Amino acid sequence: MRILATFVAVLCFLNSKAVPSDTIRVCGNCDQKSITAAIAAAQPHDFLAIESGEYKEGNILIDKPLTLLGIDWPVVDGNLENEILTITADSVSISGLQIQNVGVSYTKDQAGISAQKVSNISIENNRLFNTFFGVYLKNCSQSRVVNNDFVGNAEKEISSGNAIQLWYSKEILVENNQVRNHRDGIYLEFVDDSEIINNVSEGNLRYGLHFMFSDHNNYHRNTFKNNGAGVAVMFSKFIEMVDNSFEDNWGTAAYGLLLKEIYDGKIEGNLFNQNTIAIYGESANRLQIQNNTFSNNGWALKILGSCMDNNFTRNNFIGNTFDITTNSPRNYNTYDGNYWSQYSGYDLDRDGFGDVPHRPMKLFSYLVSRSESSIVLMRSFFVDIINFAEKVTPMFTPKTLIDSSPLMKPLL
Amino acid sequence: MNRTLKYTFYDLIRSWWCYAYFGFYFLTAGAILYLSGDANRAVASLMNIIIILSPLVGTLFATMYYYNSREFMELLLAQPVRRRSIFLGQYLGLAGSLSLSFLLGLIIPFIVLGFFGSEFGNFLMLSITGVLLTFIFSAIAYWIAIRHENRIVGFGIAIFTWLFLAVIYDGIFLLILILFEDYPLDKLTLGLTMLNPIDLSRILLMLKLDISALMGYTGAVFQKFFGTNAGITIAFGASALWILIPVMSFLRKAARKDF
Repeated sequence: MRILATFVAVLCFLNSKAVPSDTIRVCGNCDQKSITAAIAAAQPHDFLAIESGEYKEGNILIDKPLTLLGIDWPVVDGNLENEILTITADSVSISGLQIQNVGVSYTKDQAGISAQKVSNISIENNRLFNTFFGVYLKNCSQSRVVNNDFVGNAEKEISSGNAIQLWYSKEILVENNQVRNHRDGIYLEFVDDSEIINNVSEGNLRYGLHFMFSDHNNYHRNTFKNNGAGVAVMFSKFIEMVDNSFEDNWGTAAYGLLLKEIYDGKIEGNLFNQNTIAIYGESANRLQIQNNTFSNNGWALKILGSCMDNNFTRNNFIGNTFDITTNSPRNYNTYDGNYWSQYSGYDLDRDGFGDVPHRPMKLFSYLVSRSESSIVLMRSFFVDIINFAEKVTPMFTPKTLIDSSPLMKPLL
Repeated sequence: MNRTLKYTFYDLIRSWWCYAYFGFYFLTAGAILYLSGDANRAVASLMNIIIILSPLVGTLFATMYYYNSREFMELLLAQPVRRRSIFLGQYLGLAGSLSLSFLLGLIIPFIVLGFFGSEFGNFLMLSITGVLLTFIFSAIAYWIAIRHENRIVGFGIAIFTWLFLAVIYDGIFLLILILFEDYPLDKLTLGLTMLNPIDLSRILLMLKLDISALMGYTGAVFQKFFGTNAGITIAFGASALWILIPVMSFLRKAARKDF
């Protein structure tokens, strides 16, 4: 490991042409015994090799561009009191550290690693355990949070923080992180042009991923499992949600994906399995929802009357208790070419599409949306009868909520 | 009473009806458990079958048995035996043999397919519900049969009672919920559920299953109520009343009836 560190240090030395950089070793027997002291002694663009051991330090201020590399997982412990690393300089890189035990505060958002008004930050390959907030970037740009492992200790929403919180930032890459047991897994507020890729967010109290007022962001190939609710996208435009999986967000107030006041997004190729409500939409407009699979959910889609101009095409709806429910007598969205496991029509001309249009909304879903208590009649024989009657002659469910070319076989 | 109970029980347990009933549950439970890999879903499907079918079979079978065994009953009445023990014995023998067929039909697939250990709670709930419904509906049917000499009328009323409790009641229930949607309806829903043994069984079973999460706020109210000892006591008290009232009524009717 030391050879590697020296090697990396040499590389850094060769790379930084303008300013020659030194390697400062930090360990129990070195000249620099604490990280704080090492930073104070360092010149900008120096390289700090922190060797394994336990460093009981908090409020470490990194105010010059430095590279911190942990060798054999040195532990930086905040003693449950303070914030641990605070970055106020551009081009800081932190990796290989195990950062743990940040103090819980009700007045300050203390974090394992926080950065303010800087760019080109790289936080890579760290472990953050029991940090109140894990990584907190404020007013940052062009930075990376990659390959980190976050395990929180959240018990109540009020006394817990988010694993990765981005605020007023742009062009941030959040990739390959494991995020567990926080309030929100990943939280973005006023964040633009950022990418959330291939993260696993599970067991968080509130949301696995949470967008507020953030436009033009993508999140691809993430897994959201067992959270209070999977993902909440609110007050945001142009969000691309592709190839994610939303699983086991199960409970009386849980959903896979919550859409509120969002416009012009794309939801494609996602898997929604075993959620109480897979997608809950409120004032969600102009979304393209394609090629997703909704399986074994309580409600696949709960689309309120305030949602308009959304296109649901080529999705699979398999084994959900209710496929669609809405609270409005009208429908302003289009459903076309989806596969519905509850479809009972036939395909005489063998073109793969059913000859009889499918009405995915049952009368009972409508009744439940009108009077919530009527859910007590779920699975009653009477409900089956009225659902059948409504299917034959629709009177209450929106007449245009119809898939006129339902697929006969599920899409793969 | 013991002797009439024993005769009725042995008579029925050897009858074609009981074998058919056992066979039906055996095959259905077996097929559902075997075909759906998910035990939770299988239990939900079984629940749907049990809460409709146990009452129906209880109703039909009790009415039929009463009318068919009339001559035997008249013979017994000529003997120095108390009326109470004849009728109670016959009712218990009847409901007991039906319950036994049902229980055997349910338990064998559970054991054979290896769900008995893992799904024991659900199995227990299913069997308690099925047995209670059998006892309740055969008591009601017996009461109706004893009140009506004309067997067509008796059958008609018994089947209508089943239809009312299994289907029509829920329609009225739903209508009330929609009409009074502006009012808080928690207590009313709880009360209306208690008043119908089929609804009560359905809700108790659903609260045990995963799908209870779909019931949201209302589900939480029910869960809270039935989670307490008082709630469970009231639920079983209501079921017990549904057995006791018809049984007392038919015993009273039988004691005074001129055969």
